[in-house]
Amino acid sequence: MSALPGATRSGTLVPRAIRSSTLLRSLLLVVVAGLVLLVVSDQLSAYRDLQLAAGAYYFCVLAGLTVLAGSSGQISLGHGALMAVGAYTVGKLANVGWAVVPELAAGTAATLIIGIPLGIAASRLRGPYLAGATLAFAVGLPALADRFPTFLGGENGLTINPPTPPASLGANFPLERWEAWIACAGAVIVLFVFYNLGRSGVGRALRAVRDDEIAASLGGLRIGRWQTLAFSLSAAAAGLGGGLLAVVTQTIAPGAFPLQLSLSLLAGVVIGGLGSLMGAVWGAILLVFLPNWTNDAANSFSLSSNVSHNLPLAVYGVVLIGAMLVWPSGIQGALRAIWRRAATALGTGGGQTPARTPGDGGTAITVDAPPRTPAAEEPTPEAGAQAPSER
Amino acid sequence: MTKFIDLTLNGISTGAIYAAVALALVLIWRSTRIVNFAQGAMLMFTTFIASGVIDGGGSYVLGFAVALASGFVLGAVVERVLVRPVEGAPQLNAVILTLGLYTLLVALAGMIWGNTPRSFPAAFSLRGYRVGGTTLLFTPNDTFTVLVVLAVAALLALLFRRTTLGLRMRAAAFAPEVARLLGVRVGRMLTLGWALAAVTGALAGVLVAPSVFVGPNNFDPILISGFVAAVIGGLDSPPGAVIGGLLLGLALSYVSGYEGSALVPLAALVILMIVLMIRPTGLFAATRERRV
Repeated sequence: MSALPGATRSGTLVPRAIRSSTLLRSLLLVVVAGLVLLVVSDQLSAYRDLQLAAGAYYFCVLAGLTVLAGSSGQISLGHGALMAVGAYTVGKLANVGWAVVPELAAGTAATLIIGIPLGIAASRLRGPYLAGATLAFAVGLPALADRFPTFLGGENGLTINPPTPPASLGANFPLERWEAWIACAGAVIVLFVFYNLGRSGVGRALRAVRDDEIAASLGGLRIGRWQTLAFSLSAAAAGLGGGLLAVVTQTIAPGAFPLQLSLSLLAGVVIGGLGSLMGAVWGAILLVFLPNWTNDAANSFSLSSNVSHNLPLAVYGVVLIGAMLVWPSGIQGALRAIWRRAATALGTGGGQTPARTPGDGGTAITVDAPPRTPAAEEPTPEAGAQAPSER
Repeated sequence: MTKFIDLTLNGISTGAIYAAVALALVLIWRSTRIVNFAQGAMLMFTTFIASGVIDGGGSYVLGFAVALASGFVLGAVVERVLVRPVEGAPQLNAVILTLGLYTLLVALAGMIWGNTPRSFPAAFSLRGYRVGGTTLLFTPNDTFTVLVVLAVAALLALLFRRTTLGLRMRAAAFAPEVARLLGVRVGRMLTLGWALAAVTGALAGVLVAPSVFVGPNNFDPILISGFVAAVIGGLDSPPGAVIGGLLLGLALSYVSGYEGSALVPLAALVILMIVLMIRPTGLFAATRERRV
């Protein structure tokens, strides 16, 4: 296992204990992230607080997706529908008077339970088969709300009681800020769990399974179980994200979880870079701000409403296509490449060993080579960059 | 009992549509080992073009022909420009690429034609045949649909089995190296394979449009069903795709009739999972060693 780039190069600035202990390091990360979010949210307007909250719940889902891709080489199109599972659970419980924390925990648990059978199926499927199955899940699940209109509210969905800020924060404490705090707390928990998971024995086992199933099973790892675990954890993160969405938006309907949501989530992880938690942050920023940017662009160029409504979707499509053709490692991969080049130029030695943590590879990772390669030319640069390089 | 007969007849006509979409997916899978998730959006796009032609005063036949022609061009361009660079790359890249294309086409269709679904004319009457005193849930248009799909399947079988071009295409798909040494333009054959697949998809789009209406998202369930039908047939076998499509059409018709149409995509998912778990090579696959 190569060491973390930050740990090897940051010299004496960081105490040894923090450098050597993943848990301490991640706790520090969590405290810093929490404090920054706390301070930032205090400065923001109500509208910006809601955007922060949206970024936080998108981060939860994207982190789950990116960990799934980075640790088992699978992509799921069902995470939009899994968000719906979390959201509807939270919504139903909130309306019978549950408090925020237990209802979010229940939403996460419910999605985990749905995720386990999906994960068992996913562990037996590869590439296009898994994509097709999760695609069917994404299209099919929201229709259930129509099937049970009295319980799930049908096409109009459910309205959810908003959370109440505790009285100790003062009578004038804005609801939006309280929602942003809740969402950010959820995001920080997801960050903490996945950061530690990726650097634990579990993370190493998952990467071993991803990179070489035969070698991993010879090494005593139960392939199916690890892949099921990866999918279930990823589903739980999506459920928490969906639950937070329900808390923040206070209304959920099947129309909020279309196939396009799953595709935009996929675009978010791809542009951030599959397999990297930082990439999930970039993806969340994109998902929150892109609709605003395209709206502004549409207004300033006075485009028709047809165009402006579909512009974000078009951008997601271009991102997905462009990333595969031009820039398969996403923003985080590109930043890492720039950083590595800069480090080489400065002579700090960072460029001699590609300081990549396995699983942070940030490329579209897959185990399978296609059975046949119809184009028998040299592998293109893209293709070369794709192959999992840690064996 | 009449309901059962009605649902069976309805299942055959929707199954024919699924079979056409499944054929489109199988053609592409055979030639490039890629599942074209953009197929649903591609056939949506060509159907919109046909709808534009017909609304602009063109005849149904002209709209039909324009849909097929634009499908041919779209398929060829997509293969040549977008898919060629990821052929031979990890499978995940092709999956993400075709999903990106799906997303882009849906967005473009929304921009050009708006998100409100519009109606589409049928080739023949939509009034059911009358047998004795009852009206069956099977119309002259359904007959047309089934016959057209069967004809296309037969034509494709003829092309691949009886013509030199079909032989070249099969060689390019199964042994590209050898085919190239023997003088087959492998790249061109792959482009042609995608173009033919897109034509088959465009056909399915025009045939199904009267019943689902034409909108950017109205063909998503068709894609799912087509994929499931292709997997039932083994994803590798054109006859398997046709039979898989008909079987799935029947199954989903019963689900829709007895349990409600909202459950159809989930039922398709359940059928897909059962097939993949019990017989991952599909019911009709020629090859044994496929990994799912």
